[in-house]
Amino acid sequence: MAKHHIEATVNGDAVEFLCETEETLLDVLRDTLHLTGSKEGCGSGDCGACSVTLDGRLVCSCLVLGCEVGGHRIETIEGMAKGEALHPLQQRFLENAALQCGICTPGFLVASKALLEKKPDPTETEIRYWLAGNLCRCTGYDKIVSAVMDVAAAMRKG
Amino acid sequence: MAEAATNGTNGQSYVGTRTIRPDGVDKVTGRARFGADFNLPGQLIGRVLRSPHPHARIVSIDTSRAEALPGVKAVITRDDFGDQPSEFVPAGEMMMNYKDVVRNVMAREKALYEGHPVAAVAATSAAIARHALKLIDVTYEVLPHVIDVVEAMRPDAPLLHDDLFTAGVEPKPDKPSNIAKRVEIVLGDIEAGFAKADVIVEREFKTAPVHQGYIEPHAALATVSEDGSTELWCTTQGHYIVRAHCARLLGLDIGKVRVTATEIGGGFGGKTVVYLEPLAIALSRKARRPVKMVMSREEVFKASGPTSGATVHVKMGATKDGRFVAGFAELKYQAGAFQGSPVQPGVMCAYAPYDMENVKVIGYDVVSNRPKVAAYRAPGAPISEFAVESVVDELAKKLGLDPIELRLMNAAREGTKAAYGPKLGPIGLEETLNAVKKTEHWNTPLRKWQGRGVASGFWFNIGGETCASLTVNEDGTVSLMAGTPDIGGLRASLSMVAADELGVPYDKVRPIIGDTGSLGFNFLTGGSRSAFSGSMALVEAARQIKADLCARACKLWDAKPDQVEFSHGAVRPLGAVAEKAKPMTIADFAKIAGKTGGPIGGYGRINAQGAGPSLGTHLVDLEVDPETGRVTILRYTVAQDAGRALHPAYVEGQFQGGAVQGIGWALNEEYIYGADGKLQNAGFLDYRMPVASDVPMIDAIVVEVANPRHPYGVRGVGETPIVPPLGAIANAMENATGIRFTELPMSPPKVLKALRERGLGRV
Repeated sequence: MAKHHIEATVNGDAVEFLCETEETLLDVLRDTLHLTGSKEGCGSGDCGACSVTLDGRLVCSCLVLGCEVGGHRIETIEGMAKGEALHPLQQRFLENAALQCGICTPGFLVASKALLEKKPDPTETEIRYWLAGNLCRCTGYDKIVSAVMDVAAAMRKG
Repeated sequence: MAEAATNGTNGQSYVGTRTIRPDGVDKVTGRARFGADFNLPGQLIGRVLRSPHPHARIVSIDTSRAEALPGVKAVITRDDFGDQPSEFVPAGEMMMNYKDVVRNVMAREKALYEGHPVAAVAATSAAIARHALKLIDVTYEVLPHVIDVVEAMRPDAPLLHDDLFTAGVEPKPDKPSNIAKRVEIVLGDIEAGFAKADVIVEREFKTAPVHQGYIEPHAALATVSEDGSTELWCTTQGHYIVRAHCARLLGLDIGKVRVTATEIGGGFGGKTVVYLEPLAIALSRKARRPVKMVMSREEVFKASGPTSGATVHVKMGATKDGRFVAGFAELKYQAGAFQGSPVQPGVMCAYAPYDMENVKVIGYDVVSNRPKVAAYRAPGAPISEFAVESVVDELAKKLGLDPIELRLMNAAREGTKAAYGPKLGPIGLEETLNAVKKTEHWNTPLRKWQGRGVASGFWFNIGGETCASLTVNEDGTVSLMAGTPDIGGLRASLSMVAADELGVPYDKVRPIIGDTGSLGFNFLTGGSRSAFSGSMALVEAARQIKADLCARACKLWDAKPDQVEFSHGAVRPLGAVAEKAKPMTIADFAKIAGKTGGPIGGYGRINAQGAGPSLGTHLVDLEVDPETGRVTILRYTVAQDAGRALHPAYVEGQFQGGAVQGIGWALNEEYIYGADGKLQNAGFLDYRMPVASDVPMIDAIVVEVANPRHPYGVRGVGETPIVPPLGAIANAMENATGIRFTELPMSPPKVLKALRERGLGRV
């Protein structure tokens, strides 16, 4: 079967690519567009390491087909820092040592950003439930959750 | 040459501060390259055919149809690996045998577990590789299997290896069995000890095998050229170990194999062995093209090492005033399909937190039709210490003593003769117990269905062969190279040590993890050794640089060795020389390196000795839901002796992460097998690791009892944190419900059943 020709927007840039029907958005991002910041930890939507936003909505890119994203807007970890400035979440993750091995970090950052855009003043419990779709095996989540709380507080202050 | 204590630029010390890790920006921007992120032009995709049977003789393998499929460039089977003699070699905290390793990476006579590799293909696309696997015809003679450790020990159990005779028993058995070895440690006389006991508690415990659960699956990219030069990129805790294993299994010269450790997405001991790496090299050698292989999560669960499940029998005696007078334990650990469970360290650690005169611990290493176990964070220790800590708690109840006081009365301390051999140096168990006792947490009241538990834990830590280099660049900046993969902040810790030693700003030190061609042999990142040993090697490298710069200054200033000293980042003239010469910084020397003796650098090559055990105490509050049996962790405090925390935030991170892995081990995680011998929960949805909403904040108290054998006082910290949680949670469960849970995990169905049996659960 012929490949699908897809046009979409990734991190603000117009992109076009060819993909097989069974290829996931994660496959396309990593193998075709060479955006390897999104990680495959499970391929079944359980670990969140492949988290991206699709038209602003948080999704596991391993559960979206490449051929579904035509005309849609995708944001990945590679689009999070603007110019030389890290996003406040990225900066705070560094300051709080909120990562150890770092494999889950892109997914946590994308998910945390999506949370704060939706809800700028989450409680600790709300953060923990929102991030329950992202697995981290190194940190015990403590420093990740406190980093998100710190950024939420700072962003509210402006 | 005088060498003053060096405390960094302007007397500032970075060690002990919370610097931002040098590799951090790449990790928060998605730039960092992990195992699966590497690609080469013209690469093929490799896939593994795995046994669907837990135990089967491989009668024949016909690969001809797969080889004929367009796009298939290589197929490998057992025929592509020469056999290896039976020979045990040290592999970190465990021993390994290449006869078994070659059979584990590719099944030979038999498939010994579901998921055991039987063949592998390399093809021009993943789809073709997957298709090719279906065209490989394997004829199996299915054999009876055995999964449970106690069943595997029975004389009539299905036999995995007909040449496996139990080692460590006299006389040597005349029949093979699944019991690979028996080990024993004895201190004093337990019979005499039990005779003195006023109270004896005896219990049997069972733990389930659990997976390390690293989020990054195994990945390898290999390229072999026509002259046999081999390059490999892989996610591993020890690229020198990978090189050694691959060279041995494939008959390659070590010098012709260059292995680069990619960024590693978690390991916890599970990435200390080889799985895909020799297959990728063998496929590339056959196809003469680069081959990339990545495991699926299902493959990770089915075919990479979990740690042992076990059955543990413990008997402890104490006098009525609370002195432990005797401890006995018998440990039966699953090894998986090949011998080599962590039963030996389990035996050694069982009673290590306590100062006891009479101890006897026996261990059995037992094979069954499961994936071969791999190290998992303090391998073996959480299992045996869970059992002992549970019994210690029960003794406290029977004696009417506070569980912290009872532990303090019996705590191992400097000078204690450990049952596993040595006399202990300064250790911090008492300090951690006292730290926990002082917390607000310990002194907060609880409600009905809530319980509080405490437990302590011990792990040895290791040193070992380590190389690291420091190079002063032309502008005075410093390049740091280490040879142990950085799994959780190593580059930050090592850079701080280098900055302090040389007296240069932290951000002028740029660390990398060198490939196997860049430094001499490095043992792997494991045994909580990388920061301990790496910093010792760097102190040696820095000492060489300082000595060299002092010698150069002597020539420049026409001074004698005792007329110069290195301090605060500069060589300083002393005495009469000070009148004619000005201090020269490292940057000053860098500018004139070519005129004063050439490039400036130091190279530490050590076999690090003097690792100090790290002990910890955990405190947990939990609540049991009597309607569902679900357990919620309400509050958690870790206190552990770090010796000296190079980077306190990453030390806390080790404490917190280990505690949460332990929570998973205690409450949720287990390998579930069906009667067919197949794993039923080979995915993150059904193998339920803790998520953010399952746990509270983890309070971390860093205790520092300096290790006198390390220049900065460092002990390893990474492994001990997973030891106490199992016992602490079981003890809290007892306080919440009155029920002593002896079987892990304490998952909702088990808890509910126990509650209902006692008329406690609500329907």
